[in-house]
Amino acid sequence: MRFLPTEEQSDFARTLHGLLAASDVPAAVRAWGAGDHTPGRAVWARLADTGLFALAADEAHGGLGLMPPELAGGFVELGRAGVPGPVVETAAAAVLLTRLGDEALAKRFLPGLVAGETSATLTLPGGGPYALDADAATHLFTVSPAGELRLASAAGPLRTSLDPARRLALPDGGGELLATGPAVTAAARDAAHWARLLTAAQCLGTGEALLARTVEYAKQRTQFGTAIGGFQAVKHRLADTLLGLEFARPLLWAAALSLAPGEVAAAKLTAGEAAYAAAMTALQLHGAVGYTEELDLSLWLRKARPLRDAWGSPSQCRAAVLQERLRAP
Amino acid sequence: MDLNHAPHVEAFRAEARDWLAAHVPATPLPSLETREGFAAHREWEALLHSARWAVVSWPEEYGGRGVDIEHWLVFEEEYWAAGAPGRVSQNGINLLAPTLFDHATDEQRARVLPSMASGETIWAQAWSEPESGSDLASLKSRAVRTEGGWLLSGQKTWSSRAAFADRAFGIFRTDPDAPKPHQGLTYLMFDLHAPGVTVRPIGRLDGKPAFAELFLDEVFVPDADVIGEPGQGWRIAMSTTGNERGLTLRAPGRFLAAADRLVDLWRSHGDPADTALRDRVADAVVGARAYQLFTWANASRFASGETIGAESSLNKVFWSQYDIALHESALDLLGPDAELADGEWAEPWIFSLAGPIYAGTNEIQRDIIAERLLGLPKGRR
Repeated sequence: MRFLPTEEQSDFARTLHGLLAASDVPAAVRAWGAGDHTPGRAVWARLADTGLFALAADEAHGGLGLMPPELAGGFVELGRAGVPGPVVETAAAAVLLTRLGDEALAKRFLPGLVAGETSATLTLPGGGPYALDADAATHLFTVSPAGELRLASAAGPLRTSLDPARRLALPDGGGELLATGPAVTAAARDAAHWARLLTAAQCLGTGEALLARTVEYAKQRTQFGTAIGGFQAVKHRLADTLLGLEFARPLLWAAALSLAPGEVAAAKLTAGEAAYAAAMTALQLHGAVGYTEELDLSLWLRKARPLRDAWGSPSQCRAAVLQERLRAP
Repeated sequence: MDLNHAPHVEAFRAEARDWLAAHVPATPLPSLETREGFAAHREWEALLHSARWAVVSWPEEYGGRGVDIEHWLVFEEEYWAAGAPGRVSQNGINLLAPTLFDHATDEQRARVLPSMASGETIWAQAWSEPESGSDLASLKSRAVRTEGGWLLSGQKTWSSRAAFADRAFGIFRTDPDAPKPHQGLTYLMFDLHAPGVTVRPIGRLDGKPAFAELFLDEVFVPDADVIGEPGQGWRIAMSTTGNERGLTLRAPGRFLAAADRLVDLWRSHGDPADTALRDRVADAVVGARAYQLFTWANASRFASGETIGAESSLNKVFWSQYDIALHESALDLLGPDAELADGEWAEPWIFSLAGPIYAGTNEIQRDIIAERLLGLPKGRR
């Protein structure tokens, strides 16, 4: 047993980190929120070049096989950078198509998703009703509770999220029927677990970005003639924020290793709550300037809450944890 | 990244599980914070030692099995899952022994460790003084040179297990003129039954004498019981407190077992309509798993040759807060029965309340986290 990322896993995360640091992601987020997807798509294309989406698809269709630990490590970096768009949904769609085992459908959609030429958004049983970024995604998939996989043609009017970089649409239930039956239901269940796992990873990265920015601010901002980071009340709040994030990380790793529903729910619960707590700490310690949209901090501040609730709210995750435990002998 | 144990580790687990299943007392021992309980726990320590389960990570020559931290963590999981008694010898095993391995002479190790492992000698810690808690370096108890050794005078307090223990270890001021308070301190061991020692037990919140005050009046300690060089006590003690907060004080197995018992309590006493309490049970399950995984990651770093420094403060704040939250949930599930002092969860709840206070208060731990892990400026304490 060596419960630490391998050199390869760390290298991959470092590659993404460097790429995103050089990509002016904040400008892409602001453009995305204003309806201009071009800079975001450019970031997307660079991400795909690293093989990111290939980690969620099988080798026969251009993927690298399903590699959740590698993908989760990568999604921590997407959260840290605040990458906009349906990244989780695109990966989940690739998982769904891989797991479904329908050769024609896999051939039709997977190569484009893996290469970053196309993107996808989707709704799944057990997930929320809204499809994220349906206006920007190439494909909108829906899976009904009865196990019908459809390629939706229309998504209804767009609603804006509390995070302006997220746009939500309610699929109308129609569209081309791609597949149906228990295989769809099973593949959709797997895809939903992946979506939950990768959202947890994004939460962790989001929380770490919020903490890092707030620590830097607390070192520089002076009041009463001293850096506010020297005050015990400030230090203790930041220490608690770090504590929350540090104990979420190994849960994320374990969830990526097993993809067991209880483990994934535990990771999502903990990372989501830690990220939201980091946002509240960042807001308080930045003071009034943190309560503006002008500061780039707002890009992460507004993401923390929607990510905490997407693909499994804390309450749903707690229920999943306990359900698994109560089923155990 | 891997969470699977090698077959030889699983074989070790199975051996521990079988032995514990055959030997753990069917009815719980009396509280180890009472005289009769202390004696009963000492017998249990002897039984553990006879099968070489008392100190699995120690070298074989001192009664251990010479296994690594992965084995130790697995053993602890089995130990607590089996409902085995609390460890009356934990102060010695967790705090003094690591210091001896790092800083003592071969003679001292050969003399002290075997009787510690067997429970024949139970050790108390003698760190705090009435005016020196978090600011431990300000301690005033002194050791004055005499022929062949030192004479200890002063007062120690909050000495865990000292009410019934045999010997104690702590640091004493040997050079009052040293330029800084943490210089001129010396680490030594002494006999709690030596002439000049007065032990005054202190009742914990539940009245049990879990700790004591020690009044020392020219207590003789031979040179052979000084650990390391005189004047180096602070450095040596700090390596011990790191152990205390870090990997060894609270094994995850303890909380995994407690969370299991809490889930059982929810099954038997839970009100399905009380979703708030149900959520806290779920949080206890998740917290125990988080702590286990965090520890495995640290153990993996250890095994790769890295050291665990200020990260041990994260550990300490986490488990101490977790412990209280878990036991409060259990009391809430019990409803009116929670008030009964002889209930199964009563003493563990009382025990949990000390967590944020001892081993360095959580306020001090948060300062360490902020300054050493986040790089925030040092402020006034």
